[in-house]
Amino acid sequence: MQYESVIGLEVHLQLNTDSKLFCGCSTTFGAAPNHQTCPVCLGLPGVLPVLNHRAFEWGIKAALAFDCRLAQVMKFDRKQYFYPDLPKNYQISQYDQPLAQHGHLDITIEGASRRIRITRIHMEEDAGKLLHDPQAPWSYVDFNRTGIPLLEIVSEPDLRSPDEASAYLLELKAVLEYLDVSTCDMENGSLRCDTNISLRKRGEALGVKVEIKNLNSFKAVKAALVYEIARQAKRLDAGERIAQETRLWNAKAEQTETMRSKEAASDYRYFPEPDLVPFTIQPRLREAVAAQLPPLPAQRRVRLMDAYGLSAYDAQVLTQHRRLAELFEGAIAQGAKPKPLANWIMGELLAYLNARGQEPSGVTLRPEWLVHLLEAIDAGTISGKMAKELFVESLERQVDPAQVIRENNLRQIVDHGQLDRLAEEVIAGFQKSVEDYRKGKANALMFLVGKCMERSNGKANPTQMADVLKRKLNQGKEAVT
Amino acid sequence: MAIVSTQDVRQVALLARLALHDDELKKLAAQLDEILEYVRQLQAVSTDGVEPTSHVLPLADVTRPDQRLPSLPPEEALTLAPARHGHLVKVPKVID
Repeated sequence: MQYESVIGLEVHLQLNTDSKLFCGCSTTFGAAPNHQTCPVCLGLPGVLPVLNHRAFEWGIKAALAFDCRLAQVMKFDRKQYFYPDLPKNYQISQYDQPLAQHGHLDITIEGASRRIRITRIHMEEDAGKLLHDPQAPWSYVDFNRTGIPLLEIVSEPDLRSPDEASAYLLELKAVLEYLDVSTCDMENGSLRCDTNISLRKRGEALGVKVEIKNLNSFKAVKAALVYEIARQAKRLDAGERIAQETRLWNAKAEQTETMRSKEAASDYRYFPEPDLVPFTIQPRLREAVAAQLPPLPAQRRVRLMDAYGLSAYDAQVLTQHRRLAELFEGAIAQGAKPKPLANWIMGELLAYLNARGQEPSGVTLRPEWLVHLLEAIDAGTISGKMAKELFVESLERQVDPAQVIRENNLRQIVDHGQLDRLAEEVIAGFQKSVEDYRKGKANALMFLVGKCMERSNGKANPTQMADVLKRKLNQGKEAVT
Repeated sequence: MAIVSTQDVRQVALLARLALHDDELKKLAAQLDEILEYVRQLQAVSTDGVEPTSHVLPLADVTRPDQRLPSLPPEEALTLAPARHGHLVKVPKVID
């Protein structure tokens, strides 16, 4: 049976602040355990939490970017539950008066635009980090993360496939990266995602919803959804019912599993946080934050297509990360040609980063380095092959390719006399291959070109070298006959 | 008429992780009932034209700049821990 999947996503985003949401403790990642706590974030009696103004601004910034309606009055609530990572036994979150509601994000799927509604965006504090000892009956708690500002962004169940969920997440992450409100790094947990999914026959009422947690990467989100769709479809086909539950993604086993510890009491007994006053979002604050909004990926995509004639695909890839888009436009401003530039960023640069598991957001390459590299190729100073090696060296050493060219005297041989001599030497040295070539073995020519390249230390242009060799070999042929 | 039943108290006790005997449940239900009955007097006051609020102080929009302040020395923070493992708090195993 064919089912339609109905998917919603909940994204938790760590806001990029120096101090925690309600106290002055540092938010620096990777500090020694329990070195960044204080009476406020540990929930000791008699303390007074006070809202971090930057976190508030960052929240408003994100809400505006997703076209949300900002709250007239926003308040915080206590969400009560017992867990060792929650020292106060409640989390300060927002319940019925969140920061913002009714937004949306447009995604492109198979060339068509789809609008995904965003239900709400609210602010809350993070919990501590639990470490489990597989050998002992103990768990260990580090409260450094307790109280770090989070933004929760909840979508409507508007997504219809794992691919749409991926596209939504990618676009959401791109927008948030542009806003510069978070590092958006899934590796260290600054971007986390939960999803819920149900199946239904097309046009029918919503099915029973299953929530999936423990999704640590975009790959995991997609894989978990694919798995869950198959699992639920099999049940439904067999006439069974889907249990409403929370499941965990097990990345190793590549399956979702029922959560062992049933949250018997999912009654969080929210009530207004008495220690925090209500917040109004005054027009002045709203305008000040709106003025900081950069061009968003969708706008930038249109610009790249209109101004530089890039394809929709190229524009999509280049705008996925703010850093790449800036690199591209920075190099254009200094005279680079759009198409070869786009190819270098999307090809060589992304391949380099992928191979090293690095995020484009961390690239320190300067736009002028790309300009110098492309100029050297255009001028014929270096061949395409040399340029690739040069580019890697320049990235490894963090220096301008122009400098590498100067240092290594990397100049393509353009002197025809020199190319002729190279060809003659190699023809004289590899008679066997010369005969093979004359017998019609095309591979032999490639071998000879390789030898020439070797002798020239890669400075000969392979296409030119092949031409020279062919000419010499054919001359030789005439001379023999 | 009772507002709070022993069943309500049982539910709240469960959520608050309190182990109560049956006689305690009964006693607390009666006491909570009296408290709520007392507070119920407020229902007599007319609230027409009064905006609902979650906060009684005439204060709003109190924030602090995003500035770091010194944290507690870990030794001090950990004095409250029931048990420790290096600088980590040690608790009976919990599995997500």
